[in-house]
Amino acid sequence: MVKFSVKDLNIWFGQIHALKSVNIEVEANEILSVIGPSNSGKTSFLRMLNRLNDLYPNFKMSGSLEFDNKDIRKIDIESLRKRVGMVFALPLPLPLSIFENVSYGVKMHGIKNRNKISEIVERSLKQAYLWDEVKDRLSVTAFKLSGGQQQRLCIARTLAVEPEVILFDEPCSGLDPISTAKVEEAMLKLKKDYTIVLVTNNVKQAARVGDRTAFFLSGELVELDKTEKIFTAPNDQRTDGYIRGKFG
Amino acid sequence: MRKFREFIIEKLILICGLASIFFVVLIFLFLTKEGLSVFKSVTPFNFLFGKSWYPISEPAQLGILPLIFGSLLVTLGAAIISIPIGVACAVYIAEIAPLKIKEALKAGIELLAAIPSVVLGFIGMVTLVPWIKSVFHLPTGLTALSGSIILAFMAMPTIVSIAEDALYSVPKSYKEGAFALGATHWQTIYRVLLPAASSGIVAAVMLGIGRVIGETMAVMMITGNAAVIPQSILVPVRTLTATIAAEMGEAVVGSEHYFALFAIGIVLFIMSFIINITADLFLHKRNR
Amino acid sequence: MHNPQRSQKIAFFLLFLATLLIVIPVGLIVVIIIQKGLPAINWQFLSDIPRQGMRAGGIFPAIIGTLYLVIGAIIFALPIGLLAAIYLSEYAKDNIINRIIRLAIVNLSGVPSVVYGLFGLALFVVFLKFGASILSGSLTLGIMILPIIITTSREALESVPQSFREVSLSLGASKWQTIRHIVLPNAIPGILTGTILGLGRAAGETAPILFTVAAFYLPRLPKSIFDQAMALPYHLYVISTQVPNVDEKVRYGTALVLLFLVLFMNLIAIIIRYNFRKKKKW
Repeated sequence: MVKFSVKDLNIWFGQIHALKSVNIEVEANEILSVIGPSNSGKTSFLRMLNRLNDLYPNFKMSGSLEFDNKDIRKIDIESLRKRVGMVFALPLPLPLSIFENVSYGVKMHGIKNRNKISEIVERSLKQAYLWDEVKDRLSVTAFKLSGGQQQRLCIARTLAVEPEVILFDEPCSGLDPISTAKVEEAMLKLKKDYTIVLVTNNVKQAARVGDRTAFFLSGELVELDKTEKIFTAPNDQRTDGYIRGKFG
Repeated sequence: MRKFREFIIEKLILICGLASIFFVVLIFLFLTKEGLSVFKSVTPFNFLFGKSWYPISEPAQLGILPLIFGSLLVTLGAAIISIPIGVACAVYIAEIAPLKIKEALKAGIELLAAIPSVVLGFIGMVTLVPWIKSVFHLPTGLTALSGSIILAFMAMPTIVSIAEDALYSVPKSYKEGAFALGATHWQTIYRVLLPAASSGIVAAVMLGIGRVIGETMAVMMITGNAAVIPQSILVPVRTLTATIAAEMGEAVVGSEHYFALFAIGIVLFIMSFIINITADLFLHKRNR
Repeated sequence: MHNPQRSQKIAFFLLFLATLLIVIPVGLIVVIIIQKGLPAINWQFLSDIPRQGMRAGGIFPAIIGTLYLVIGAIIFALPIGLLAAIYLSEYAKDNIINRIIRLAIVNLSGVPSVVYGLFGLALFVVFLKFGASILSGSLTLGIMILPIIITTSREALESVPQSFREVSLSLGASKWQTIRHIVLPNAIPGILTGTILGLGRAAGETAPILFTVAAFYLPRLPKSIFDQAMALPYHLYVISTQVPNVDEKVRYGTALVLLFLVLFMNLIAIIIRYNFRKKKKW
């Protein structure tokens, strides 16, 4: 089943042409890794999927972008973002307690029942492998957690609103290898229930977790294929060069 | 339901966003509504350049030239005192003072800015005015000079804080470049920093002067309020602002005098409008 | 040839001197007022009505009048100013209207206080027929402090990191929910600082209330918002210039109370800001 269908997508920020005629289909329950050097448009692509680019005043787009066969611009933006969650590059806890961080989205969607909220918080923290580490100090400010814990908290926060898709924007860029392993473990487990799009700077990470991998360069999608294919026999020289570390 | 509530809130936010435009227009509208009536009895030229201000004589003479001169003289005096001292203090705070002293000085400047003008006027009355009187052997110490000195203190906080901001926002690389060429700290300040911050400093000076022209209470309490064209800085003068404040209480609503005071308000409004817009242009120039 | 080291020394000394020229008089003003005003301060001075043509008794009605005016001004200016700040920081795009709004704010903050007085007289007292009343005075002061509240609140809102907004929106929260639950709570110290500074300004201003509310001599408390009231700054003006033979102690005492009120508010604002900067979590 196709989750996202992107056809001939072009976007601009003012004069900058950030994505050029991109065509991609994201399948349900896959992990799609998106790799590429910085400024290749991979994060801009990711932020298209939950319309976060709309926040920039000079943003323009053309082409079509469908989510579950429906034009993304015709879906109510709040319910779109509820269904398409996002985990950011740096751990970005809100200046609230651990509990409030996880329950924030749920509350915003109108759930008021305290027991229900506690249940959701516990479930989400468990899914993000954080519950055991924080269950005794849920009312502590989230800034007290370590970087890796904060990032898993952000995953739990995203899971709490029960999205269908999770967008990861270089989620391990600020983390040490052990924290990274934990986050990757969480991602692999989440795959069976969620569709995941993972933007990463770390080529090895893409190889470890991605079912398919897309390579972006200068706003263009250069190549998209099964991860093994991309990493063993890429069609395009540029992909090969990037993976071998020739540039980027 | 939530959507509807948010729709209302966002409309309310938009309306309040426009409120400041609304109020500026409203102020101008009501000033002109009352003020323009004065031109039924006096031509704009005679109003602005008439040399006699005798609003309650018969017939009333409504020339505000003496008041304009009064305002200009007091402002000029205040500018001469406050600009060098204010800019120097800004340089000291931005560049020379050690961190702790810097914080203390900034707090002191904020303190000065916070003192109500009527308190400064009162202090000027009881300390400065007698002093001026005895130093210059004058019949009265209520003079333009006294006003200038007190007003200088009201302009200085504005000048210091905005000029300090301007100096502070000069890129560090300018300074490092000058140091690398072997310039002393002082050479760097007056050859590099001051020119680089100049448009911000000009804005600071203009806003300071704007503050002085608009100042009312202190000026009314210590300049003696004589509506004649001043021949020296050591005589009593009457400013535009003080005239309004002092006479509006006695003017009958709807009288010529009442309209004339509003017309003075229009003059002040336009003056502050020009000063503030220009200062803002200078401030934005710096940002580019 | 001149010696650059020596000219630097001389220049820095002059700059230091200029700084002293500002700081010492400020210190002196405060010290003189405290020294000469403190002997006048006692319970009777603070709680009694003025007597014997304001030459004796206390300044209680003036204190209360100022409090009423300041509270009235803030009730009017805070909601409008805060919403305007939200508009500018969260909704405004960089277009002509918003540039005009910004210029309008710059302008409002530069309009001479006595012109606000004229405006209040024309609009509230005469046109809307509120008469010289606490209502007219409060509204006039409220419009006057609007730019302070808008500017400081906007700075406070804009200092909340953009990433917080993105996180909240990415969780499906609406724009207003994001503002209400994430942006505003984190901007409160800054908004509070601006509000208090506005209060201080309103408490100290005389010219805007001259024709809109201030009573020369009203030795009782105001009964309603349509009543005139005495106010501290105007009272100080009156007893220093309009009433002969007032004991100097009474004048200094009044000045001290007014100065204390205004500086106290500024001090609170400074403390809030200082603590906030220290505790800032991001």
